[in-house]
Amino acid sequence: MERLVFLLSTGLARGAVLALFALSLVIVYRAARVVNFAQAALAVVPVYVAFAITSATGSYWLGLAAALATGALLGTVVERRLMRLVPQDNPLAGIIVAIGLVMVLQAGLAIAFGPDHRPVHAPFPQRPLEVGGVGLMSPYDLFVLVVAAVVMGGLALLFNRTSLGLQLRAAAFAPETSRLLGVRVPRMVTLGWTLSIATAALAALLLVPTGLGLDPHAADVLFVNAFAAAVVGGLDSPAGALVAGLSVGVLVALVTGYASAAAAPPAVLALLTVVLLVRPQGLFAAREARTA
Amino acid sequence: MTTQSRTADSPPRLEVSGLTVTFGGLTAVDDVSFTVGDGETVALIGPNGAGKTTVFNAVCGLVRARRGQVRVDGAPAPSSATGLLGAGVSRTLQGLGLFDRLTVLENVLVPLTGTSPRRPRRRTPGGSRARALGLDTARETLAALGLGDLAAVPAGTLPYPERKRVALARALVTRPRLLLLDEPAGGLGPADIDRLAGTVRDVSGAGCSVLLVEHHVDFVTDVADRVVVLDFGHVIAAGTPDEVRRDPAVEEAYLGVPAGTGASEETA
Ligand SMILES: Nc1ncnc2c1ncn2[C@@H]1O[C@H](COP(=O)(O)OP(=O)(O)OP(=O)(O)O)[C@@H](O)[C@H]1O
Ligand SMILES: [Mg+2]
Repeated sequence: MERLVFLLSTGLARGAVLALFALSLVIVYRAARVVNFAQAALAVVPVYVAFAITSATGSYWLGLAAALATGALLGTVVERRLMRLVPQDNPLAGIIVAIGLVMVLQAGLAIAFGPDHRPVHAPFPQRPLEVGGVGLMSPYDLFVLVVAAVVMGGLALLFNRTSLGLQLRAAAFAPETSRLLGVRVPRMVTLGWTLSIATAALAALLLVPTGLGLDPHAADVLFVNAFAAAVVGGLDSPAGALVAGLSVGVLVALVTGYASAAAAPPAVLALLTVVLLVRPQGLFAAREARTA
Repeated sequence: MTTQSRTADSPPRLEVSGLTVTFGGLTAVDDVSFTVGDGETVALIGPNGAGKTTVFNAVCGLVRARRGQVRVDGAPAPSSATGLLGAGVSRTLQGLGLFDRLTVLENVLVPLTGTSPRRPRRRTPGGSRARALGLDTARETLAALGLGDLAAVPAGTLPYPERKRVALARALVTRPRLLLLDEPAGGLGPADIDRLAGTVRDVSGAGCSVLLVEHHVDFVTDVADRVVVLDFGHVIAAGTPDEVRRDPAVEEAYLGVPAGTGASEETA
């Protein structure tokens, strides 16, 4: 029982990071109708920047701000200078360009920083807090949960309560109609990438202290699990990304805790398969696809 | 070939002169001229393939004119969506073009989010978020069209006549000075057409000029001040609905009976 409570609470914190990363995939999918296979590599670059800033200044918070800024900048530049030039008529083209980008970024990072793990310190203790003798999540896990909740809440407000958010959603649902109504659709696509990569960078930054440390592949497993979560959630649904991200996080924690870490990936795959068999469009997908 | 001689010195709200549009070898619109004055409602009618939609699209910059001019308030019509909104031109879209997943209110708010000088000011002193989003304008427009209760409903779940009214509300929310309606009565029953006619009269009574493409003859007779008849890309008749109805060239175009005299070159 104590073990279950501990695994559930840690799973929730891991799940919050997964949900955040899955949300970043949903944002870019909505904006540009691409599954961005370069998301992990793009998310890790800002974490290296954060690592460098934190090492130089001693401030975790400056590093966090730098990660967000670098992620936003990277997302913007990649859309403007690369993805925008990819022909839209063949969906494979975008995927191939993304995979090429992964190779370039990961090789570049390995050349610049070396291929080794770099230990990254968390800004808060990582030993579980005990409540009534039962080990719960650590202060750092709590921090992760709070940050993820604040960022997701902020994004929800941005998308649902502001004029800019309305334009982002309109452009995502029906780009041609939006253009005729005066919405600057290309700008909205860029902004989708900006928000998406900044969010992904934050998720990767939150993840790294809980793993082996920082290396060019540090976000690869996060991407795989978050991608599964995003698909389970419906790929197009922020709420789906949240619920599925938390669920996958808890699933991974339980399987790792009761069986072994090696059993976690097949468990996620099994969940994905079952959901796709029962509801191929994902749990939270809207009924109809995008219109003109 | 201008269909109305205006007495006022001010330029007409919309002036189409010598408009010619070609698609490859096909001349879809050939030397068409007409005007729409302030607060005037003009209907563009004609048999299938006559070129009505093409004229309409040329006015909104969706197709390029080969020759001729489109002027709004005396200035060349802008061709960009934001430019047109800025010039006070608004249109309904073919096939409604609603955002099915957005609510009725959100659908109507979208044109207010673009950068147009005519939208409600963003940073009025003490301006609330509601003001910034144009919420008041949007709610007023919905209420005026009897859609107030449906504001929070996703547009995709509404029946067709309501969806059509949402599309109209979205065109009206920018408070246009020139409204372009593409078959507004299409697919509507008599009660909804009556209601639509009322709305068009209200809008034009408030000073907005209306250009509409429409097949529904009773509706056209009901709301239009003047009618321009197109056939094979030419203007074959123009005048009040009654004048046009009595015009033999119009009868010929619609019935396809060669009336002995020359074909459709003749103009009113
Ligand atoms: N994009 C296009 N490319 C080629 N030909 C076109 C195009 N659009 C219209 N046409 C042709 O131009 C002519 C005029 O078409 P248009 O759609 O303007 O007619 P219409 O009066 O609106 O007809 P309807 O009453 O059927 O809607 C037709 O012969 C049509 O086939
Ligand atoms: Mg037509």
